[in-house]
Amino acid sequence: MSRDTLTGSRIRERRLIQGMKQADLARRTEISASYLNLIEHNRRRIGGKLLLSIAAVLDVEASALSEGAEAALLASLREVAAGYPDHAIELDRTEDFAGRFPGWAGLIQGLAARQSSLEQTVVSISDRMTHDPQLAEALHDMLGAVTAIRSTSSILVETDAIETEWQDRFHRNINEDAKRLTESSQALVSYLNSEVSDPQEVTTPQDEIEAFFMRHAYAFDDLEQVADTQGAQDIITTLIAEAVDILVSTSAQAQVSTHLSRYWRDAQLLSSEALMDEISKVGLDPARIAQTCGVDLGCVMRRLASLNGNALTPLLKDAGYTLSEEGLGLVVCDSSGTLTFRKPLSGFALPRFGAACPLWVLYQALSRPMMALREVAELKGREIAYFETLAISTPLTSPQFGAVPLFEAHMLILPLASVNQNETRTRPIGTSCRICPRENCQGRREPSILAGGL
Amino acid sequence: MSKHVLLIEDEPNIIEAVSFLLSRDGYNVSTHSNGHDALEVIEAKQPDLLILDVMLPGRSGFDILADLRGRETGEGIPVLMLTARGQTKDREMAQRIGATRFMTKPFSNAEIIETLNEMSLA
Repeated sequence: MSRDTLTGSRIRERRLIQGMKQADLARRTEISASYLNLIEHNRRRIGGKLLLSIAAVLDVEASALSEGAEAALLASLREVAAGYPDHAIELDRTEDFAGRFPGWAGLIQGLAARQSSLEQTVVSISDRMTHDPQLAEALHDMLGAVTAIRSTSSILVETDAIETEWQDRFHRNINEDAKRLTESSQALVSYLNSEVSDPQEVTTPQDEIEAFFMRHAYAFDDLEQVADTQGAQDIITTLIAEAVDILVSTSAQAQVSTHLSRYWRDAQLLSSEALMDEISKVGLDPARIAQTCGVDLGCVMRRLASLNGNALTPLLKDAGYTLSEEGLGLVVCDSSGTLTFRKPLSGFALPRFGAACPLWVLYQALSRPMMALREVAELKGREIAYFETLAISTPLTSPQFGAVPLFEAHMLILPLASVNQNETRTRPIGTSCRICPRENCQGRREPSILAGGL
Repeated sequence: MSKHVLLIEDEPNIIEAVSFLLSRDGYNVSTHSNGHDALEVIEAKQPDLLILDVMLPGRSGFDILADLRGRETGEGIPVLMLTARGQTKDREMAQRIGATRFMTKPFSNAEIIETLNEMSLA
């Protein structure tokens, strides 16, 4: 059933809203009530003069009846259905369902949105509970104190003839442990109250850094414009000072300062204008841009990640990317594989704690320095999403005889509309094992909480 | 002759309480509080029974036990592992690498004495 056949449902809805009887509308439009009944139940197509007449009586634009506002609802319902491939959902009757039962359809849409939001919360909290070092340390400390108190107090209660010296010592120990337990439990309650209640709140230096960059949409126009080192440093100092509400820890402030200094150096080597100009000529090809502009590939990737997606979209028509305002994603890691910079993308979440998916091309790059690697990654969420991932590992320092260079790796993430038919293979990847639903993965380190589905 | 128990644990007040308890029950107790050189201490002391905490500064109890079981001198020492985490995967890991018994904190005094007595008789 095509969408225009829902016109009858919309007429019925409008009529009921106005409290008009079916017979009255039929009379005023000079058709029989039974014929109107067939129209309202989408059993008869309607258009032309009759549609205009009904629209006039109902005091609405004819297009509001013929086109409706259900497009978003229908898209949502189809998206929900796609997430349940094992259910025999009558997709060919989606429009009929939405037209006949708009309340139920809206409820399904709302519940799906809520489920998605709750899944994100579960993933975020699970990630924190599993890998948060602060939480693990606090719990370990508390259990240690409880164990000592339990054991010591039992000795005092159950031992008949205990020397005074030992009694004094155990009383002192219990007092110490009780005090320690009080402090650690208060700290834990405070931590959980302020953090787990809102998993998106800032918690660690890495979170602080991410919040800072997100506030600025990963772009700093002032730094792009300034040419001298002192001027850049002044701007960096100001940016950090203005973000004291986010950059609470000195660690985060120091790391942001380092990132921004690098941002400024990158902008000196490759301005936004020059970069956009190159993209308009060669497309989104970091290797060619690096070659033409005489800068290293890591620098090009960092510069590309600072561009607004809306500015890129007109330059990349028909290139197969689905860029939103957030633009491109970027991950940088050091030689240990620790993520040192993260710019996540919708559909390509990055782990907040713990290690990432070992199947990322980022880690292949670490083992193959100086080789530009490309893979189309397949991420399984509610729906499968595809991303072009480009990675390179480069030395952090200039080569010196007798010195082993330290490497870092970059991975640029480009959201794809679909997989090109010429693509020979895609690689299924995840975010991190704990929150990855993939089964039979050779890279798995630990069971997933999503293994049985949420 | 009393059995020699080596307790490797980083909480000083747990060390004191458990040492007192075991001494009163007839065990000869020695202690150590970090994971760095725990293997060397075990090899040097050659205890009849070993109580080993999982979360130790320097090195985890799991790593220490895995290495111990790979050594000829450490193969036969009965080991009671202590952990603040009672998860199934920790128990499975402990069993897999050769722990004799496994106990979750907080434990009762009766529980640890009973367990050690059983281990020393086995």
